[in-house]
Amino acid sequence: MKPIYIWCLAMLLAPFFSAIIIKVKAFFGGRKGSPFLINYYTLIKLFKKGSVYSTSTTIIFKLGPIISLSSAATALMFLPIAGIAPVFSFNGDVLFVLYLLGLGRFFTIAAAMDTASPFEGMGAAREAYFPIICEATMFMVLILFYKLTGELSLASYFSGNNPAILWNSAGSTMLFVVIALFIVLLTENSRVPVDDPATHLELTMIHEVMVLDHSGPDFGFIELASFCKLFFYSTIVSRLLFPLFFPFETLNPALEICSLICVYVAAGVTESVMARYRMDKVPKFILTSFALASFATVIIMEFIK
Amino acid sequence: MDTDFLEISNGQALSREQIPHLTFDDFQKNAMKIVWGGGKIVQYFGYADNSIVKLMAVLRTDKLLVAGCDAPDEYPSFSNKCEPFQLFEREIAEQFGIVPKYHPWLKMVRYHPNSQGKKDVFGNDYTEDIPGNYPYYSVEGDEIHEVAVGPVHAGIIEPGHFRFNCIGERVLHLEIQLGYQHRGIENLILKADSKRLPIIIEGIAGDTTVANGVSFAQAVEALTSIQTDQGSRIIRIIGLELERIANHVGDLGALSGDVAFLPPANYCGRMRGDFLNMSLLICGNRMGKGLVRPGGVRFSIDDEISRELMRRINELEPQVEHVIDLIFSTSSVRARFEDCGIVSTSDANHLGLVGPAGRACGLPYDARRTFATEYYPGIDIPENAKTTGDVYARAKMRAEEILQSISIIKSLLKDTIETNCVDSEVFNLPSSSFVVTVNEAWRGELSHCIITDAEGKILRYKIKDPSFHNWNGLAMSLRNTEISDFPLNNKSYNLSYCGFDL
Repeated sequence: MKPIYIWCLAMLLAPFFSAIIIKVKAFFGGRKGSPFLINYYTLIKLFKKGSVYSTSTTIIFKLGPIISLSSAATALMFLPIAGIAPVFSFNGDVLFVLYLLGLGRFFTIAAAMDTASPFEGMGAAREAYFPIICEATMFMVLILFYKLTGELSLASYFSGNNPAILWNSAGSTMLFVVIALFIVLLTENSRVPVDDPATHLELTMIHEVMVLDHSGPDFGFIELASFCKLFFYSTIVSRLLFPLFFPFETLNPALEICSLICVYVAAGVTESVMARYRMDKVPKFILTSFALASFATVIIMEFIK
Repeated sequence: MDTDFLEISNGQALSREQIPHLTFDDFQKNAMKIVWGGGKIVQYFGYADNSIVKLMAVLRTDKLLVAGCDAPDEYPSFSNKCEPFQLFEREIAEQFGIVPKYHPWLKMVRYHPNSQGKKDVFGNDYTEDIPGNYPYYSVEGDEIHEVAVGPVHAGIIEPGHFRFNCIGERVLHLEIQLGYQHRGIENLILKADSKRLPIIIEGIAGDTTVANGVSFAQAVEALTSIQTDQGSRIIRIIGLELERIANHVGDLGALSGDVAFLPPANYCGRMRGDFLNMSLLICGNRMGKGLVRPGGVRFSIDDEISRELMRRINELEPQVEHVIDLIFSTSSVRARFEDCGIVSTSDANHLGLVGPAGRACGLPYDARRTFATEYYPGIDIPENAKTTGDVYARAKMRAEEILQSISIIKSLLKDTIETNCVDSEVFNLPSSSFVVTVNEAWRGELSHCIITDAEGKILRYKIKDPSFHNWNGLAMSLRNTEISDFPLNNKSYNLSYCGFDL
C-alpha cells in the first residue's frame, strides 16, 4: 500500500511546490508574493465553477484536460519517490511513460486545434515543435542510462541509492545530464526562458495560449496536470542532484522534500535573473540540452566499454 | 523656401484674413513641395465655414507654415505622390465626405458619418451594428495565415483591431484599425462653454493630460492676449516633465515585463506610482488634471512643496538609475531588445514619426527645442537621437529622457517659484482668428489648433495626438518580425488609442 500513499501524497503536494517558484520570483521582484497555498485556492475556485464550451468545439475539446491530467498522474505512478518503489514498474516503462506524457500533449494540442482559434493554432504549433527536440534529449539520456545500468525502467534509475550508482560509473559526465534534464524541465513545463507562464500576452504564449478556452473544472484539471508534470521532472532532477538516501527510511521523505525544494528554487531563480529568449532562439537553447546529453553519451561510450 | 504658405511661430494668434487662401491647385502644389523638401505635416484638416468646406494645413520645416483653401468635392489624392498625407486625407474624407481620388488605401478612420450629410465615402451605413465591409490587406499562399486580434482583448489596454498577415511565425504585414474609442471630442468642444472646455480637453487622453491642457491653454492665451507669469510657466514644465517621467518609467517596466524579466517590471510599477504621486502633491490629482488653466496654473509650488518634491526626487533618482542599469546590463534583455522591430531612418522620415519613437530612428526633432514654449527656451534640452530604430533604441531613448527630465525638474526646483494662481475663468475669444500650438508631449509632437468664427465662437478645434503619426511606425516595425515580438514592439511605442480616436 505504501507506494499508493506516496503517490497520493505527491499528487497532493505538487501544487504546493509550484508555488515555491512564484514565491522566489516575488522575492526577486521585491514583493511579498501570493501565499504558498495559492495553487490550492486556485484549484478549489476552479472546481467550484462551471465549464463553458464553445458551440464550435467537439468531444476532443472536453477530452483534452482529462487525458492530460490522467497521463500526468499515471506517469507519477511509475516514478520512485522518496526511495520507495513505484506503484508500477516493468522493463521498458521509461518509454511507456515518455509516450504517455506525449499522449497528454497530443490531446492538449488537439483540443487547442479543435477551438479553431488562430491564437491556439499558433500555440499548438509551438508546443508541437519544441518538445520534439526535448524528446531527442530524453532518448540520448536513456541510451546513456541503459549503457550504465543495462535496464530500461524508472525504478532501476531512481529508486533507493541507484542514482549514486549512476554517478559512480559515469562520474562528472553526469553533470551534463543534470543540466540537460534541467533544460528539458524548463521546456516541458513552459517556464522562462522558453515560455512565460505569467504573461497575459496571447501572441507570445506557448502553453498558456492553448488552454485559453478551457474554463472551470476543465482548466483545474489542466493546472493540476501541469503541477504533476513539473513534479515529475523535478523529482528526476532532484534524485540526480541528491543521489544518496539515509540508511534509515523515515528521514527519506524529508530529504526528498528538501531536494525538491532546491530544484524548484533553482527554477525560480532562473526565471528571475533572465529574460525569456526570442521565439526563434528557443530551439537553440533546447538543442543545447541535446548536445550536452550527446557529449555525456559519447564520453561514456568511449570510457566504459 | 519659396512658398505661398505663411510662416508663423508656435502659438501665434492670427486673424483669418492673414492666412493665405490659395486656390486648391496652388495649395496642393505648395504643400507637396514643402513636404518633398523635407517638411512635415503638423495639421491638415477640413472645417465648414458657413457650409463651405475649407481645408487648412500647418506644415513644419524649422518654422511653421500655414495656408488654407476651399475644398473641392473630390480631388486627386496627395497621398498618391506624397505618403505622409494618407491618414490626414482619410480623416478629411470621413469627416467631410471629400473624396481623395486614387488614394492608395482609402479606409475609414473612426467609423462615423460625415458632418456634411454627404454620401459616405466608404459606402458604410452607420445605422447598422456592423457599418460595412472593411477591406484588409490580404496575402495568399499555402503557408500563409492571418491572425486577427481585438478590438476587445486581454489585459487592461484600450480597444483596437490588429490584423497580422503571417508566414509561419514571421509577420509579413500588420494592419492596424482603430476608431473604437471615438467619442466625438472635436464636436463636443464646439458645444461646451468655456468653463467646461478645459475639463474636456484634459480627457482627450488620460496619460497626456498636462500636455493637452498646456496646448489648449497656450492657444487660448494667444487668442485672448493673456500673459502668463514666469512661475506658472515653470510649474507647467514641471507638470509636463513629471508626466513624461511617469509614463516612460511605466513603459520601461512594461517592456521588461514583456520579456519576462520581472524585477524591473515590479520596481518600475512602484516608481511610476511615486512620480504620479508627485503630481498629486502639486495639484491633488495623480494625472495632473486641473493643474493647467488658460492664464496660468491653478496650484502654486510653495517652498514647502518644493522641498518635499526635491526630497522625493533625490530619493528616487538613484533608484531609477539602478533599475535602468539593471535592465540594460542584463544580456538576456538586451538580446531581446536589440535588432527587434527595426524602422530605418528613411522609413521613419517617410512616415513622419515623432517623439521618442522618431528619435530612436535618428530623427532628432523635439518640439521642446524647435518650437520651445513656456520656460523651455531657458532650458538646454539635449539633442537626443539613436540610429538603430529597434526596440533597444526606443527603450534607451526613454531611459535617457527620464534622467534628463529628472535633472530638468531638479534645476527648476532650485529657485523659489512664485505665481498667482488662476481658476477656470470665463474667456471670450476674438472673432475670425486662428492659432496653432505645438508641444512635446511624452509621446511626441502634440498640436492643437483653434479657428473662431465671426462671433468669436469656436468654429473648429483640431487636435492631433502624436500617435496619429506613430501607429504606422508600429506597423512598419512588425514587418519581418516574429509575431511573438508584437507585444514587445507595441509596448516600445505605447501609443494612444483614445488620443487617436478622439
